[in-house]
Amino acid sequence: MTRKTSLTMESNQSNQHNSLLASEADSQRTLYPYVTGTSVVAIKYKDGILMASDMGGSYGSTLRYKSVERIKPVGKHSLLGASGEISDFQEILRYLDELILYDNMWDDGNSLGPKEVHSYLTRVMYNRRNKFNPLWNSLILGGVKNGHKYLGMVSMIGVNFEDDHVATGFGNHLARPILRDEWHENLSFEDGVKLLEKCMRVLLYRDRSAINKLQIAKITEEGVTVSQPYSLKTFWGFSAFQNPTVGAEGSWWVVVRWVRPNPDQKKLRRPPLLLPLILPPRSPQLAANLDA
Amino acid sequence: MTKQQANWSPYDNNGGSCVAIAGADYCVIAADTRMSSGYNILTREYSKICKLADKAVMASSGFQADVNALQKQLAAKHLTYQHQHNKQMSCPAMAQLLSNTLYYKRFFPYYAFNVLGGLDSEGKGCVFTYDAVGSYERVGYSSQGSGSTLIMPFLDNQLKSPSPLLLPAQDAVTPLSESEAVDLVKTVFASATERDIYTGDKLEIVVLNAGGIHREYMELRKD
Repeated sequence: MTRKTSLTMESNQSNQHNSLLASEADSQRTLYPYVTGTSVVAIKYKDGILMASDMGGSYGSTLRYKSVERIKPVGKHSLLGASGEISDFQEILRYLDELILYDNMWDDGNSLGPKEVHSYLTRVMYNRRNKFNPLWNSLILGGVKNGHKYLGMVSMIGVNFEDDHVATGFGNHLARPILRDEWHENLSFEDGVKLLEKCMRVLLYRDRSAINKLQIAKITEEGVTVSQPYSLKTFWGFSAFQNPTVGAEGSWWVVVRWVRPNPDQKKLRRPPLLLPLILPPRSPQLAANLDA
Repeated sequence: MTKQQANWSPYDNNGGSCVAIAGADYCVIAADTRMSSGYNILTREYSKICKLADKAVMASSGFQADVNALQKQLAAKHLTYQHQHNKQMSCPAMAQLLSNTLYYKRFFPYYAFNVLGGLDSEGKGCVFTYDAVGSYERVGYSSQGSGSTLIMPFLDNQLKSPSPLLLPAQDAVTPLSESEAVDLVKTVFASATERDIYTGDKLEIVVLNAGGIHREYMELRKD
């Protein structure tokens, strides 16, 4: 569900009974998104397109959903990845299902390729922005047809382009610089996956809405494969992660997180919560207190 | 839940600079190929130049989605024109059509800043320069887009076009030769790229003359 707000239009007296205006006044528009997905990253490689995205669905800053598939096959030759409003993405998938179905009903052996689907999406997104009623997404469309690789993007307001590698949202800031350094035309499947995983790992560390459950999809002349969800290996052992407040030590969290569960007990215990994943710094005084 | 984004806007500025220079028997139209959004570079290879007719070429910067819609609209109108008149539209005719098309959306404008270059019916170079709502003027040279504030005064200084206030009206075409004009275009883009973050990556130059249409590219700074 998208957050909708009715626009109250100042109706002047002469137009009060105009049903057209009244219906416009009642119209509902997306002013901001509800449940959102974060970055999608995609690249061309030797045999086709590779696309990666995590499976998080954020409700503001709450991680509300953790198994949202944000990469879907479209028709025989295309792969669609979406960030932004999840419900709008699902609406777009319904439009595309209809598009592919009606195209298939011609029964002429022709089928829409990635270029056509991308063009269609471009028109849908731009048309909705013209009505001031946008579909709140950044979309990535990749595919292969007749030996031609295709990789393009469309934004919420209809801005669209093709490139050898693309990324939405935070991916634009964090993944594309890596891709510009390391991408090349002849990437093998293995190297392509490695490159995407490198990007997704950086996003996982630095994008707070990214989660460690992702899918990578591949499309070649042979067809589409979307991987099962999996996790990346991470390393949080850097000293900056271990003890982020060193040099800026406060006092409150020692009090909050180290409690004396039983007044008779002299030894301080960690509370039975999972909160203090980060160990407090041991000042000599505190250490003495703890060991007493 | 509280609102997290700024108010939604139907517009964006994807940046880029356009230049056109008219000579006695040629016209040079040029634009960079960078497309940006905010501080992001979206792609380094997006052509802002569109061939509207055999002797009319448009370079546009501003909001890419609007530019795209404008180009499609003009292509459709030009197709109709060809069916009705069995000929290509002339550059001055295309100039008027572009103005009307922009003004048609006066109250929800195409956020597009265009220069139209081509050859008129006598084979003389012509340049038309526009604002987003369709005001236009025939000139000898012009620049539009994010780098226009850097480029335009430089062109004024180098080309010294006769004042439009002179009577009788003086011819506005530049005295440069074709290759001098192309070199000037390369210089102004290299300079604009130094200071304008929305201009760079690659320069696309289209030259129109009696021999037809010719295209060349020059690399620009990518930072």
